[in-house]
Amino acid sequence: MSDGAAREPGVRGGVLAFEGPLSPPRKNGELQFAALWESRVFGLTMSLHEAGAFAWSEFQAELIAAIGAFERAHPSAGDDRYWERWLEAFETLAAKRRLLPPGALEARVATLAARPAGWDHAAPAS
Amino acid sequence: MAHDHDDEHDHAHEDPASRALALRAEALEALLVERGLVKREAIDAIVARYEHEIGPLNGARVVARAWSDAAFKQRLLADAWGAIRELGLTTGAENAPIVVVENTPGVHNVVVCTLCSCYPGALLGLPPTWYKSPPYRARMVREPRAVLRELGLELPESTELRVWDSSAEIRYMVLPERPPGSESTSEQQLVPLVSRDALIGVARAGAPRE
Repeated sequence: MSDGAAREPGVRGGVLAFEGPLSPPRKNGELQFAALWESRVFGLTMSLHEAGAFAWSEFQAELIAAIGAFERAHPSAGDDRYWERWLEAFETLAAKRRLLPPGALEARVATLAARPAGWDHAAPAS
Repeated sequence: MAHDHDDEHDHAHEDPASRALALRAEALEALLVERGLVKREAIDAIVARYEHEIGPLNGARVVARAWSDAAFKQRLLADAWGAIRELGLTTGAENAPIVVVENTPGVHNVVVCTLCSCYPGALLGLPPTWYKSPPYRARMVREPRAVLRELGLELPESTELRVWDSSAEIRYMVLPERPPGSESTSEQQLVPLVSRDALIGVARAGAPRE
């Protein structure tokens, strides 16, 4: 293994000005998604990409932009908002790619929010 | 079987901010399913694949082969995907070029993604939470030796440390050193010695069991 600019170790982009202790979980198989919606939006993004709806690099560019903007605005935030940035990046890309008609998302969110409390727990047990 | 995840309902949405996010995700999924752009079953399958099947096992298999077969190791270091395909592993959605960097007694490699969380998912599964954390991403570049020490990996001062910054264009995986005492261990028995953390470069491969 030798040469090749791609193999040069080092830094690309700016060094981010964050401090803080690391307390990483040390086990394999840790819970990756803290909430169900995080796994759904992850799966949704991957499915659409695999179906050819967009190139992975397009999504990645939106994710980098979303994370960058958030970290500039919240310099002391941790990584617990990571999936929010993912969701934001996906929404931006879906709008750019016109995967949804304008306004459709907000309208559906309003409809879903108006469901009566406990709608999803109402089914009888048997 | 659509929507069979309701039984594992999380109650995070009782917090208004989390509930708003969950609603947006639910609305996006519903709309895109209705438009025929995606199927719920496909989403279920991808989530299951990343949560359960594509663990670091694929990366571990690659490493165990490289430890057992010097010619394979040379091919792996020269053209990682070419060698990885020999094992019948597929790249999935991500086919970004990958470079395998070899640890030796004098050189230790570690991988980070300073811009977001680029990660060779097809080989390592989903990135661990700490890999995505701003402190890891920033500090691994600035003070890698200190971060590795905090993660439980003490390296001699004489060891050269190389930090590789992943990107959308290129990803890295570490080929850890074969653990001492594993000379007679079979390839199959070597696989479980290779942890995800060893493949990122924040740990050594484990010692063989007696």
